[in-house]
Amino acid sequence: MQHGIQLGGIDYLILVIYFLFVIGIGWVLRRYTKTSEDFFLSGRAIPAWIAGLAFLSANLGAQEMIGMAASGAKYGIATAHFYWVGAIPAMVFVGIFMMPFYYGSKARSVPEYLKLRFDEKTRGFNAISFATMTVFSSGISMYALAKLLELLLGWDFNFSLWVSAAIVLAYIYLGGLTSAIYNEVLQFFLIVLGFAPLVYLGLRDVGGWSGLSARLATVATANGYAPGTWSESWRHLTSPQANPMGVEWFGMVMGLGFVLSFGYWCTDFLVVQRAMAANSMAAARRTPLIAAVPKMMFPFLIIVPGMIAIGLTYAGTSFTLPKMADGSWDYTMVIPNLLQHYFPPGLLGLGLTALMASFMSGMAGNVTAFNTVWTYDIYQSYIRKDATDAHLLWVGRMTTIFGILASVGTAYLATRFNNIMDFLQLVFAFVNAPLFATFLLGMFWRRTTGHGAFFGLISGTAAAAIHHGLTLPQNAVAGIKGGWLASLPMHTYPSEMAQNFWTAIWAWSTCFAVTIVISVLTARRKTDGELTGLVYSLTPRPKEEAHLPWWKTPAGFGVAVLVLAVVLNVVFW
Amino acid sequence: MGLDIRTPIGLMFGIFGLLLAGYGLMTSGSAIYQRSLGLNINLEWGAVLVVFGGVMLWLGFRGGKK
Repeated sequence: MQHGIQLGGIDYLILVIYFLFVIGIGWVLRRYTKTSEDFFLSGRAIPAWIAGLAFLSANLGAQEMIGMAASGAKYGIATAHFYWVGAIPAMVFVGIFMMPFYYGSKARSVPEYLKLRFDEKTRGFNAISFATMTVFSSGISMYALAKLLELLLGWDFNFSLWVSAAIVLAYIYLGGLTSAIYNEVLQFFLIVLGFAPLVYLGLRDVGGWSGLSARLATVATANGYAPGTWSESWRHLTSPQANPMGVEWFGMVMGLGFVLSFGYWCTDFLVVQRAMAANSMAAARRTPLIAAVPKMMFPFLIIVPGMIAIGLTYAGTSFTLPKMADGSWDYTMVIPNLLQHYFPPGLLGLGLTALMASFMSGMAGNVTAFNTVWTYDIYQSYIRKDATDAHLLWVGRMTTIFGILASVGTAYLATRFNNIMDFLQLVFAFVNAPLFATFLLGMFWRRTTGHGAFFGLISGTAAAAIHHGLTLPQNAVAGIKGGWLASLPMHTYPSEMAQNFWTAIWAWSTCFAVTIVISVLTARRKTDGELTGLVYSLTPRPKEEAHLPWWKTPAGFGVAVLVLAVVLNVVFW
Repeated sequence: MGLDIRTPIGLMFGIFGLLLAGYGLMTSGSAIYQRSLGLNINLEWGAVLVVFGGVMLWLGFRGGKK
């Protein structure tokens, strides 16, 4: 195999220094990790800005960096919808409207909130599916990292896998969530400062934004689209045929902007855990809002490199993307190949370290969420109810080891059965799609019952599976891509992305409707008193501190974030 | 928490910055900078990192005194 990148001594030095710092932070923090609350919730002592950056960084895994750069090349600036439409509104919503219940209820995890609000079975369903999902996600992240290092640097797959696993294990084992969060902040700055020069050099090379747009016009017309398709985000969403995503604006706004985005940012414990660790209600509410500011700038850091890569490739200059076996461009190589193209030794070490940091923060986010849900929602709830706090802390550390080993196992599984991974990701997508309907009804309608929530979730998941089984993206073969329920698909979508968005819309709507119907038909088990702090109408409004400047209040800050997001959408319309 | 995260961040980026800038000075005019469009990007970006690391260290130090 041909290895693209030769690293020099300076590059290795940078990588080693980074590893030393990451583990060193865990080592220093171990002294402050004395109770299970310290280990799983950072003793609820994290300042807002740290929690905010960690909130963002925990989501910055492999899929994010590699996948969004790839989409930038494949679809152009319209990929930014995954940020400006598919993240910002949901992040503002969770901060302003949902955090009062998550943080105020003193629940230690998202499944625990479901237990307090609904019942045991709803919690159990969420806890078990979430715990399994995190192990698989972190395994897939490790697999992707080890594969990439093998390809780029010629490092042994096993070596990369075990070393990255050992480093993440070391810092979480020692310092728990605080260590993960602190490292996520470090990783955030590393990712920004490691990739910024790539964007700088790339834009300089293509002649700035205007030069890039001109090159992208060639890409668009060569693929049979209007010239601005790669450089304008909304204008070409009028019909699925007008853009390479195969999506129209309604599917984009409802499927991605509403169902998928709110489902992820508002209910996924991986990110919500960072806010729960904040040191006050005000800080918890500001956490996602602070995260939203860099989040909306990330397209310039991650998507623009993809656009530069495809622009250069079509212009036939010195840079071209590699091709895959079937002759299509290998978009996943955007970031690695650009690093190799523009970065001299020295900066190359920094860029690669940033890439590794992004994989590790994704991994660590999953592992910390996994050990909390396992320890509090499964172990303490079903296995040993009377466990002492010292015992839970011990279980947390053991679970960290177990979780990492399970992830390594998953990574090996991925090397042999790649389609099993695709299948599992599909199943988790079905389970996740309806979740936000349950939370929305649970938090804002006190009449929602446990049975309603549980059966709503099950029907939503089933609806997702059925919709997927009956439809197929264009030119796809029935099977993992859909169409497995009928000999002829009932509907053909212009793209896989369109099918995903509509699967989510169906799942959400089914869950929403079924939860309402069953709630009306079943008796309420929880009294108003029990629901105080869990449901909007029964919870006293958190006092907006009147003496604070507007940007320190969640509402003021949230509105400012939304205005900024609208401005970005208009500028790149 | 007993550790102000700004201190290790400042320290790490300070070290990275000094390393890159030092390496940039040593390799000034070398052919490796053809890749980066003729810019001595190690020296330039190293300087940026030193400034960033310094600011973080200063913030951590100021926060620690309170």
